[in-house]
Amino acid sequence: MNIDKKIVDDLVANDVSFVTTVPCKQLAGVIEEVEAREDIFHIPSNKEDEGMGLCAGAFMGGKRPAIIMQNTAIGVTINTLATLTQFYRLPLPMIISYRGELREPVACQVEMAVHTKALLAQLNIPTYHFHWKDDVKEFDNILKYTFMCNKPVAILTDANFWGGYGDQ
Amino acid sequence: MIRSEILKEIAPILNPHLVVCNIGLPSQELHMIDDNERNFYMLGTMGLSSSIGFGLALAQDKPVISIDGDGSVLTNLGTLPTIANNATGNYTLLIIDNGSYGSTGDQPTYAGMKTNLTNVARACGCENVIEVQDKDLGPVLQEAVDSDQMTIIVCKCDSGNIKLPVITMDPVVIRHRFMEAVKG
Repeated sequence: MNIDKKIVDDLVANDVSFVTTVPCKQLAGVIEEVEAREDIFHIPSNKEDEGMGLCAGAFMGGKRPAIIMQNTAIGVTINTLATLTQFYRLPLPMIISYRGELREPVACQVEMAVHTKALLAQLNIPTYHFHWKDDVKEFDNILKYTFMCNKPVAILTDANFWGGYGDQ
Repeated sequence: MIRSEILKEIAPILNPHLVVCNIGLPSQELHMIDDNERNFYMLGTMGLSSSIGFGLALAQDKPVISIDGDGSVLTNLGTLPTIANNATGNYTLLIIDNGSYGSTGDQPTYAGMKTNLTNVARACGCENVIEVQDKDLGPVLQEAVDSDQMTIIVCKCDSGNIKLPVITMDPVVIRHRFMEAVKG
């Protein structure tokens, strides 16, 4: 099973047609797949709160959006999640590279990793953690859940899920 | 002219179109001058008026006008390269540049000092950037909305505010009626 392809297949099957991305090495394959699909409009963002603004507008324009980003962005986007996405009840699947978890080579990444789940819990954001490759099978259900409840939903995907970070 | 006087003057141009309006006094002023379902009022999230409006313009074909301020654009400066590199003809970004953070007590912004937002927008790759003085905005805005080319307008004006109540409409109501207007 190709994880990148499966994730993007599920996005397309759930009518997600507007995807914004802020890159991470772990996410390079899925971003490439998003860019390649004709069913998806891909717009890279310079910062994740900007991306959430684009997604809010796209949803109000009739498209189902998604954002792909690193977990460090949770530190950047709390105000936007609370005062835009949650306040106006907008659905937003957040496919998040969970840096700083097992098999992480960069120590600084751990400093945000230890806060990531606590911050998401504080915001009452439904959160799923993909650690094994098979966990991706839940993704289709998570997308359906997100657009059922009109909430931001976090899918944390760690280095083990992606098969390791870089040359290890 | 101050921002509220400008909004009064351009209200008939804005009225038929989808408008995403910046947080604080700009939304309160537009709400007072011409509240209608085609207005999306931002009640929080400073800086994202341009991004929300641009996402909306990319997702559907109707004209969209984002009303932003110089302070808000400086907060989300990364928006300009994104807009420039994904230009869509149904989008107009109106930056009301009074050189100050109006909603928080008119503290000066860098746009009122050395930073020139018109030049910044051009340097970011925006191809159709027009700087205009407040009294001349109307015809420029009308032409921007009517044209098939994306336009960034930097409207230079005086700083100053009028006293207004906050918007008490529920955000879900603002969003729902706006989405119905988008569909209609």
